[in-house]
Amino acid sequence: MALLELDDVSVTYRIAAGEVPAVRGVSLTLDAGTALGVAGESGSGKSTLAMALLRLLPRDARVGGRILLDGDDVLAMKWGRLRAVRWAEASIVFQGAQHGLNPVQRIGDQIAEPLLVHGLAKPDSARGRVAELLEQVGLPAWRARSYPHELSGGQRQRIMIAMALACSPRLIIADEPTTALDVMVQAQVLTLIKELLAERGISLIMISHDLSVLADVCDRLAVMYAGRVVEHGPSREVFHDPKHPYSAALAAAFPTVGDPVSRLAPKGLGGDPPDPMDLPPGCSFHPRCPVALDECPTLDVKLWPAGPERRAACVHVRPEQAEPAETTLEVS
Amino acid sequence: MTETQAPVEAVGTARPTLLEARDLHVEFPSRGRAARAVDGVDLAIGEGEIVALVGESGCGKTTLARTLLGLERPTSGSVLYGGTALEYGSKALKAYRREVQLVLQDPMGSLNPRQTVYEAVAEGPRIHGLAGEQEIVASALSRAGLRPPERFFLRYPHELSGGQRQRVVIAGALALEPKVLIADEPVASLDASVRGEILALLLRLRDELGLSALVVTHDLGLAWNIADRVAVMYLGRIVESGPVEQVLTAPRHPYTQALLSVLPESPERVVLTGEPPDPTRIPGGCRFHARCQVLASGRAAEAGVDGRCRTEPLSVLPAVPTAQAACHYAAVTD
Repeated sequence: MALLELDDVSVTYRIAAGEVPAVRGVSLTLDAGTALGVAGESGSGKSTLAMALLRLLPRDARVGGRILLDGDDVLAMKWGRLRAVRWAEASIVFQGAQHGLNPVQRIGDQIAEPLLVHGLAKPDSARGRVAELLEQVGLPAWRARSYPHELSGGQRQRIMIAMALACSPRLIIADEPTTALDVMVQAQVLTLIKELLAERGISLIMISHDLSVLADVCDRLAVMYAGRVVEHGPSREVFHDPKHPYSAALAAAFPTVGDPVSRLAPKGLGGDPPDPMDLPPGCSFHPRCPVALDECPTLDVKLWPAGPERRAACVHVRPEQAEPAETTLEVS
Repeated sequence: MTETQAPVEAVGTARPTLLEARDLHVEFPSRGRAARAVDGVDLAIGEGEIVALVGESGCGKTTLARTLLGLERPTSGSVLYGGTALEYGSKALKAYRREVQLVLQDPMGSLNPRQTVYEAVAEGPRIHGLAGEQEIVASALSRAGLRPPERFFLRYPHELSGGQRQRVVIAGALALEPKVLIADEPVASLDASVRGEILALLLRLRDELGLSALVVTHDLGLAWNIADRVAVMYLGRIVESGPVEQVLTAPRHPYTQALLSVLPESPERVVLTGEPPDPTRIPGGCRFHARCQVLASGRAAEAGVDGRCRTEPLSVLPAVPTAQAACHYAAVTD
């Protein structure tokens, strides 16, 4: 059954210059024990969406729609219930591990904090649990006495994962967990995440701009552009046979070493990600789209079936002969 | 498209050397010990050649790049440009910097937020007292793909996208009409879709202006995308180098093999444990032996080289364009 269900979620920031629609009607489902990757570039709304899941957004953000965690609407929760959900049912691993840790507090005390706050351990028993968590993320127990600056980037990211695991949540949200890391350290952290998923049945939402990393770890992939999901489906299929031209561009951005097609031929998209306050009309992707048709500047295509368990928001995936149906296409 | 299928031998060989590191050592004091950041490197960059210098953080690749730029002085060994050893007087260095320019990563950090695009690009030509400043700036911007250039003159960095800012940084380097660009992680801070455009720009600059480039990166996909030759650095030394096709599709050094094996698409992973070791304590024997999967699996012992791996240091790889690896096991098994 679905552990997490997003139903038409939108997030709008209200700033002095007006309203910024960062997330525009996202509906996604995450089954228990599975991993969902959310791909996109800066401004796509992927990090805003992640923060919205646990209501971690600043006050000037207005969130609409429904976010059901185990059937319970996060957006309607009272403060006390929300506090219990954070850490204990769902926790977040942020990018940039050096900023997520308190520089003047020992690692062990930081890992123990959520345990103590949630009453899951007494001060004297917390030490044993901390040692256990450190071991799970591949660090020796004596590291509990270290300060963050004494650790490398990869070790700090492991600490963040240990903190996220502390209260045995069912869902972990990882926002770019390996972006600042070297390839080998990235591989170590990804291997750790995959082991934790397999051994403990944790569900994962992982956010990244690197489609190849997401395809490696996640069962399903959602690609976001300009605040919307433009494609989703089984991750291998989305990565190897993308149906939306933006997913195709993201997939091609990180070449496969050894593939003659990408040798001395870097692939990119012209133009830049759109300004959320000034979105292009019709399909938001059309100004950068290599296969745009005449109708794309006026036709706002919603997600359309694009194969078994797959959907894509592109005019090219419409059944070729079918007339566009009123319910799935909106002309703006 | 057909160009991409060009024979391997056409690149990386027989180009006259433009910039060269010869037996280069760079040490820094570190808590009472010497950190041997660059510990014996021979490397040549040919005219019109793009060389990728690949390695993990802490391997010494950025120090090597800074030394090639004259920003660090070697402890021993030398940097040669056009066959002449680099001199470190301020006048000589100023002249050298017209020829060899740095392209920084993170354009948000390397551009002055209160300077217009025009001012940022004009800075170099002004320092060097070049005539015809406005034409120089306009031509540099348009070569960097910011067209029409006049439209960008009065813009500030915050008004530009990440890709445009990186193009301004590249234009600033191009304004002095250098022969060599040294780019440290030129696309690491850019969005995925913009990355390819910037890499394509570096390739085009090579084709149109004959520019050489040393691209410092930890990203093997980037090397595959744009470089003719790749040099893999580990703990202060180049451990494998050669034409990209050869090194990245048939790596011979276990370290290169491990780096390639952890790319998302590769079938069998060799995840090395631990972080790169400390340049203040470079192990004896082969400097990679403590993490080497070939030694750990017993394959080195089967080939009868395990003793040498632990005790016998490897000699510095010479600056030749052909494929080579500094590995006892590769030497006896190939």
